[in-house]
Amino acid sequence: MDYVKLINCMRCGMCLPHCPTYKETFLETASPRGRVALVCKVQEGELDKSELLLEYLSMCLDCQACASACPCGVNAGELVAEFTCERRAGAGLGFMEDLILRKLVPHPDRLETSMVPMRLYQRTGLQKLVRKLGILKMFPKPLERMEGLLPALPARPLRREIAEITPATGTERGTVGFFLGCVMSLIFSDASRATIKLLSSLGYKVITPKNQVCCGAPNMLAGDLAGLKEAARTNVEIFGGHRIDFIITDCGGCGAELKKYGHHLDGDLMAEAFSGKTRDISQLLALHVDELRVMLKPLPPKVTYHDPCHIAHCQGIRREPRELLKLVPGLEYRELAEADACCGSAGTYNIEKPEMSDRVLLRKVDNIRKTGADYLVTSNPGCLLQLKKALAVELPSLRVVHLTELLLMSLNA
Amino acid sequence: MDQKFIKELTAIVGNAYTLTDRESLACYKYDSTPGLESLPGAVVLPGSADEMARVMVLCSGAGVSVTPRGSGTNLSGGSIAVAGGIVLQTSRLNRILEADEENLTATVEPGVVTSALHREVEAKGLFYPPDPGSMNISTIGGNVAENSGGLRGLKYGVTADYVMGLKTILPSGELLKTGGKVVKDVAGYNLNQLLVSSEGTLGIFSEITVKLIPKPQTKKTMLVHFPVLEQAALTVSHIIAARIIPATLEFLDRVTIKCVEDYAHVGLPLDVDAVLLIEVDGHPAQVDDEAAGIRVICERHNCSFFQTAATAEEAMNLATARRVALSALARLRPTTILEDATVPRSCIAPMVKLIQETARKYKVTIGTFGHAGDGNLHPTCLTDERDKDEISRAHQAFSEIFAATIAMGGTITGEHGVGMAKKKYLPRLVGDSGIRVMRGIKSVFDPDGILNPGKIF
Ligand SMILES: Cc1cc2nc3c(=O)[nH]c(=O)nc-3n(C[C@H](O)[C@H](O)[C@H](O)COP(=O)(O)OP(=O)(O)OC[C@H]3O[C@@H](n4cnc5c(N)ncnc54)[C@H](O)[C@@H]3O)c2cc1C
Ligand code: SF4
Ligand code: SF4
Repeated sequence: MDYVKLINCMRCGMCLPHCPTYKETFLETASPRGRVALVCKVQEGELDKSELLLEYLSMCLDCQACASACPCGVNAGELVAEFTCERRAGAGLGFMEDLILRKLVPHPDRLETSMVPMRLYQRTGLQKLVRKLGILKMFPKPLERMEGLLPALPARPLRREIAEITPATGTERGTVGFFLGCVMSLIFSDASRATIKLLSSLGYKVITPKNQVCCGAPNMLAGDLAGLKEAARTNVEIFGGHRIDFIITDCGGCGAELKKYGHHLDGDLMAEAFSGKTRDISQLLALHVDELRVMLKPLPPKVTYHDPCHIAHCQGIRREPRELLKLVPGLEYRELAEADACCGSAGTYNIEKPEMSDRVLLRKVDNIRKTGADYLVTSNPGCLLQLKKALAVELPSLRVVHLTELLLMSLNA
Repeated sequence: MDQKFIKELTAIVGNAYTLTDRESLACYKYDSTPGLESLPGAVVLPGSADEMARVMVLCSGAGVSVTPRGSGTNLSGGSIAVAGGIVLQTSRLNRILEADEENLTATVEPGVVTSALHREVEAKGLFYPPDPGSMNISTIGGNVAENSGGLRGLKYGVTADYVMGLKTILPSGELLKTGGKVVKDVAGYNLNQLLVSSEGTLGIFSEITVKLIPKPQTKKTMLVHFPVLEQAALTVSHIIAARIIPATLEFLDRVTIKCVEDYAHVGLPLDVDAVLLIEVDGHPAQVDDEAAGIRVICERHNCSFFQTAATAEEAMNLATARRVALSALARLRPTTILEDATVPRSCIAPMVKLIQETARKYKVTIGTFGHAGDGNLHPTCLTDERDKDEISRAHQAFSEIFAATIAMGGTITGEHGVGMAKKKYLPRLVGDSGIRVMRGIKSVFDPDGILNPGKIF
């Protein structure tokens, strides 16, 4: 850990009002400034890595709202992640972590197979029964929460269904490689289908390599740097084998990670080129506002947009999604208060830290309610899972969709 | 700390809001003041004025000192518990109790964040002008205790000009009510103003009533580039001499501009010595008039570019960029030591020149920005706490700047307070009689010296 990065924090507190956990607790230990101080004091030998200290740090959502807000370039979220990461790397992977991160995640086939029982379970109606009887209550809390998060799953993951090459509609203007995120493929296949459709409608040939693997973000989260680099190398090689203008993803989390491959595989020119070509779908679509303005057809709903952390804070993308939504004729765009505040999903945070996650989520739900919108648009699977689940209960009339789903609705209207 | 005392404290404030573990306490050793830390014995976040009063009674009885804290963003060590004891954080007391549209006042709890009050009253067409750079996180309690200024100070004054009434909890636990909603009040000493800028040493505010004014109808924000530093400084004095009082008249030098632009990307010029950020507000006709007058003066001082913000968003981005100046400067080096020198406005140009020369003499990097229209500059030395030699040169440079400030008829702190940071300079400024009177006042409010000991004198 780079000590200078820690002492660069001048403790001005400008990040505090942006930190979801500080806003909920007002505790310095739950603020970016405090988290940097904790890590710094461990480095300086004043504190040790006590259980309590790690517990405090684990309350961080790693949403990086603090990084967007910090005028002096400190990224508290990342520093905390790096610090906890170092600890885990030292400790080695646990049995479950090893199973999931090394044996499952890097192999899409196995990952998809592991989801089969879940899908069956949903489709047989067993799910309803289980939910009614509350059998899951007997299992440990995390499992129960995980189950509760899952919406209806598609019959087959998109990766198995989608053609490797989707031709452009009309004149071809270029070729893009599509990076299909695991969760998008397994759960939000409709959204990714919409993404591909939009791309081809705009004249892009879309290549979706079947052998691509997980972006590596789950490895990063668990401090498994070796696994992350392996994933990066595989994907760089696979996409490097195609002549493409851009690598497109519609998953904020994947996008943020793919853009860091150049950094992860320092010195690897192919990796640098890979990251340089990576765009979030909204970035590419925003290059074609003139065409889209002609193509999109009226949609009446009132729409609001939630900025995923991985899009707004990690990739700095805020303007494009709004600009695209405002292109839809007849659509009434309503800005959401605290739009770029984390929804509490934060990877597996909602499973590991249910209480804080719920507090952060309820604040988000309240703000969404105040907009009076019919549609909530966002563009990251974690946010989709979290918000779909919460809003189904809190605001049943509101629909939660991915940005590309809404745009496709307008295209097809 | 004594276990029995902690137990009683917990009984008042509750377990979740009584912090005693090493890790938590380590996070309350600091505020935004560079290089100052001290470990408190416990931290409490009371949930009501009543809890606050009971904590005071308990601490008075036990002889434990109390250091009030809002968001911990002051720059003079005011919220650091130098003598140990407890830190009392007011953040949970964050209700805006009333915005009285008939009397044009607002009444708030001390932990209300400054910009939250702005939003609340502006939605009603009203205006609370004080807007320190830290307004998105600083609390009104902290603002009153430090008498904070802001970007709009030139035309609208500082926090003190808006405080109408206070409820203050004394160390004994008694409640002292001063002022209120009346605009005139000569019943006895003006205790209200005495409590403003008391830096948490006389009592803890539990309720604050401030004056509001109608929101200006319109405003114009301008950014002016100056290739030559002194010309920018002279422009400031000449705008005021021309009887134009802009709401905002802020100065940023080359070092500051670069750091701010690196973060904010608002299109600041990287090839000029200084920029002025100027805002005029009020009646549309008057705004146009003043903007035109300012333009003439800027051109006379050889500005290279005169930009008027086209949209409200652009104007806001420029103001926001200025607000982050201090933190942005910290991008360059790990340690920033900043000063708060304030001189009569006519002395801005010689002051700016002196800062530059002093930086050269002691071979240190100083970025200067500040509320130039108020004569209030923040020369900020960019250094590294691990380089002892450089730190000592920085302190020598500041010593010299202080001496010059006082010689020009200025003050050592315009808005950041004395706290611990300026303690040793205060006697030079206010003299023996000043210190004696202040000590006398302190002993009436706080005979046992338990409130924020070690600060001011
Ligand atoms: C980036 C940055 C920009 C800044 N810009 C400006 C600026 O433009 N103008 C300016 O004037 N200052 C500025 N400051 C300084 C600082 O923000 C102000 O002093 C602010 O008022 C402090 O508010 P706080 O809530 O953080 O108070 P704290 O720092 O927590 O406390 C400040 C003092 O007030 C006392 N106190 C707090 N609450 C109470 C209470 N309820 N009752 C009694 N005493 C209390 C404390 O004991 C302490 O002495 C800036 C600071 C930073 C970091
Ligand atoms: S992380 Fe950045 S914004 Fe937050 S206190 Fe540190 S320097 Fe200030
Ligand atoms: S990453 Fe998010 S939760 Fe963590 S410190 Fe930063 S703002 Fe707070």
